[in-house]
Amino acid sequence: MSAGIRHLYVHLPFCAHRCGYCDFVTVVGHGRQHEPYVDSLLRELALERDLLAPELETVFLGGGTPTMLAPDQLARLLEALPPAAEVTVEANPETVTPGLARLLRTRGVNRISLGAQSFQPKLLEVLERRAGPTSIRRAFYHLRDASFDNISLDLLYGIPGQSPTDLARDLDDALALGPEHLSCYELEAKPGTRFTHRHGGELSRQAGAMETYFERVVETLTAAGYRWYETANFCLNPDRRAGRDLRARHNLAYWLGRDYLGVGVGAVSTIQQARRRNTPRLGVYIERLRAGEAPPREVEEIDEDVRERERLMLGLRLDDPLPFESVAGAIDRGASARLEELGLLRRSTVDGRDELVLTTRGRFVGGAVTAELLA
Amino acid sequence: MPQDLIRNFSIVAHIDHGKSTVADRVLELTDTVSGRDMREQVLDSMELERERGITIKAQAVRVLWKGHQLNLIDTPGHVDFTYEVSRSLQACEGALLLVDAAQGLEAQTLANAYLAIENDLEIVPVVNKIDLPQADPDGAAGALAELIGGTSGDVVRISAKTGQGVEEVLDAIVERIPPPSGDAAAPPRALIFDSSYDQYRGVVAFVRVVDGTFSTGRRLRAMAQGTRFEAEELGFFSPTMRASSTLEAGEVGYVITGLKDVSKLRVGDTLTSEEEPAVEPLPGYKDVKPMVFAGLFPTDSDDYPELRDALEKLKLNDAALVYEPETSHALGFGFRCGFLGLLHMEIVRERLEREFDLDLLVTAPNVAYRVTTKTGEVLEVHNPAEMPAEVERVEEPYIKAAIIVPKDHVGAVMELCTERRGSFDHMEYLSEQRVLLSYELPLAEVVIEFYDQLKSRTRGYASFDYDLVGFREGELVRVDVLIGGEPVDALSLIAHRRSAYPRGKLLVERLQKEIPRQMFDVPVQAAIGSRVIARETIKAKRKDVLAKCYGGDISRKRKLLERQKAGKKRMKQVGGVDVPQEAFLAVLNLDDAKR
Repeated sequence: MSAGIRHLYVHLPFCAHRCGYCDFVTVVGHGRQHEPYVDSLLRELALERDLLAPELETVFLGGGTPTMLAPDQLARLLEALPPAAEVTVEANPETVTPGLARLLRTRGVNRISLGAQSFQPKLLEVLERRAGPTSIRRAFYHLRDASFDNISLDLLYGIPGQSPTDLARDLDDALALGPEHLSCYELEAKPGTRFTHRHGGELSRQAGAMETYFERVVETLTAAGYRWYETANFCLNPDRRAGRDLRARHNLAYWLGRDYLGVGVGAVSTIQQARRRNTPRLGVYIERLRAGEAPPREVEEIDEDVRERERLMLGLRLDDPLPFESVAGAIDRGASARLEELGLLRRSTVDGRDELVLTTRGRFVGGAVTAELLA
Repeated sequence: MPQDLIRNFSIVAHIDHGKSTVADRVLELTDTVSGRDMREQVLDSMELERERGITIKAQAVRVLWKGHQLNLIDTPGHVDFTYEVSRSLQACEGALLLVDAAQGLEAQTLANAYLAIENDLEIVPVVNKIDLPQADPDGAAGALAELIGGTSGDVVRISAKTGQGVEEVLDAIVERIPPPSGDAAAPPRALIFDSSYDQYRGVVAFVRVVDGTFSTGRRLRAMAQGTRFEAEELGFFSPTMRASSTLEAGEVGYVITGLKDVSKLRVGDTLTSEEEPAVEPLPGYKDVKPMVFAGLFPTDSDDYPELRDALEKLKLNDAALVYEPETSHALGFGFRCGFLGLLHMEIVRERLEREFDLDLLVTAPNVAYRVTTKTGEVLEVHNPAEMPAEVERVEEPYIKAAIIVPKDHVGAVMELCTERRGSFDHMEYLSEQRVLLSYELPLAEVVIEFYDQLKSRTRGYASFDYDLVGFREGELVRVDVLIGGEPVDALSLIAHRRSAYPRGKLLVERLQKEIPRQMFDVPVQAAIGSRVIARETIKAKRKDVLAKCYGGDISRKRKLLERQKAGKKRMKQVGGVDVPQEAFLAVLNLDDAKR
């Protein structure tokens, strides 16, 4: 039976350096593994092919640093992947050369997510990023030169030592490039990580001042003509780009609670009642697939109740209202009324159908609102 | 034993003046305990007593000295147990008044000495610790002699630690203390001066036989309460339990009753036999009423049944403890408990935590209020949250405090007493250096951090004792604490109009620090009726989001939110605000710490 999945994620774990704050499945070095890894990816994809719909909406290559892959391997992989309306590749600025940009563009990639993080040298250093501001800008221009017309920039805020002025400069520098899309994340210093060990003290000293950063980001970007369509994501309004909807379609699939297939080491898939996670161990992954078997997977059952809760949790991240009946069972009615009264949640009826959306105030405290709202 | 060979006595002393050590030496000298068996301070049997250096429950030990039977009746050493002390003293004909040669008279010693004198006891003054380098035996002896109206030559000087002079004490007991003078042929009467509970044998009563003879196996009756039971076993302590077929007039011992409820046999009651009942009970029985109240709540609400069981068990041994179930909106299910005083409260709390391994949240203590409503009804209010909003008048218990302090600190003590709404009664020089200050104070002002303040303002030199003197009308108001506009019952307090504002302000400030920020501004207020007297705002959180959430993060983020939701369910909801129990705990414990 075909599950008709229309969204494919491909994980590429290779990095030049593991940044202190990163918690993705990544490996450093392993240059000789690139070819066998691509072989394995393609084998896994072949094994799972039946799960996919005949036509895909989106393909997303994430990492790690997909662009760290040896160019011939990257080309081989892209050529073998099924076509899709949106094909995104994550790239680190220091890896983007005119050649790479052309390679991507000519092999069907039509969207790039560029990991800028900051434009301030001292902050990039804190983040242990390899690229400086110049190389970020240069990468952006190379992509434009290769006629990419949908580029997203990743920015981090709440970096140890980042003043409000630093934040304003980062936003200005990013806006000056005119990206179609921006993802702005608050830095999460996870307890027990190397990063927190080194910077935790500074972060807790700054906590009070940084409380306003999220608001500053949203204010600045919306004033610059971007739509705050998801908690951490902004896209240029359609009127600025000939009516195009520039939301990340692939990620939108996650937020709308759709099924997706993930291939690669540590990749996660959600297929009907199951969420499964591939082994995070590169060696094991390659070995199993070389033997023609599926990689070891952790499988979590997610029944309809769980999926409903997830639809609520994810859907409330968006600016588009959520159809009430799709999440009705996950909602604590008392909490819902309370939150409405507090001006954090809005329920409205459009064409006889109930819809649910967070107010602007509610979106800033969306985590707490969702926790409250969950039955 | 014929009554003329019996001497019954107790030891009146301040904490740390060496009462237990004297008792130990007496046991040794009379060969009641061999040196090898000698456990230090035999009489204090409870672990807690040993640690706190105080004696909670009286016991009696029989020793033999030069052909005489001496019964040493131990007395509780603290003001909370004045009634029990007076019953113990009533069981005696004499008392050793023991004073530390270095420290001199203390307020408690004085109070108990007066109590002994009022009970017509023969006082044998003893100055202890004469071996200490800083001892002033002459000074202490002079003060003692003056107190009891004798000469300093009557004062026995000893060192219980080295044993020096202790034989003289035993001789003085035989020579100076009169023998009992009950009627050996009359119907039996015995005074219950203490009781304890044994899980196998039930209530054990400690008695002093006044008239007649009690025999094992006879039917007995407690005259005031009407409780009937059979004397399963009679006996005495020497120092361990020894059964005896009879207890005769003048003797002191125990009665095993088989009763399963300690409240059926109250201290001060008179035992007589069913066959040959006495007509009149012995004088002086009264029902002790608790004066200090506090709510006890388990920190983990699942422990409620354990708390109930523990209180039931404690009550078996402590007839003065009263409790009733209390439901607090903020703290859940618990008990409102009544205590004789602050020390009693502390002891109960410590025993619950130590012996029953319970984690407790104790509300700020308050006193019993007598409230007259607008309709003329008179209520006794034990819980501030139950104070009616409209009252005609409120009366509160007053005490007469005796504070003994070196003369340099008189000013500081007077200042404290004035701050605490005290009215000066009189002042008296006990010696050139030591002054007795007498004040009348509302008990409510004493139950919260008075003692610590007294100690800190006098560098620890002041000693303090009090007697209840009755109820008086006061300008008292109920202060409510509101979170998000909703009153928190557990935090309501009754205060004098003058102190309502600072106390309300303090509470509100502490809560503001302890309650986590919410999705909206939360006012925290203190109010008298509808008038807000203090206010703070817990500012709303400006952000609370999970920064990123993509395909690989969904399960983890969902679980995070579910945990957050579960955590909220464990919190107490007040005024739409989730208040973690820790916040209440912190506010209430800060009160404790300051006390």
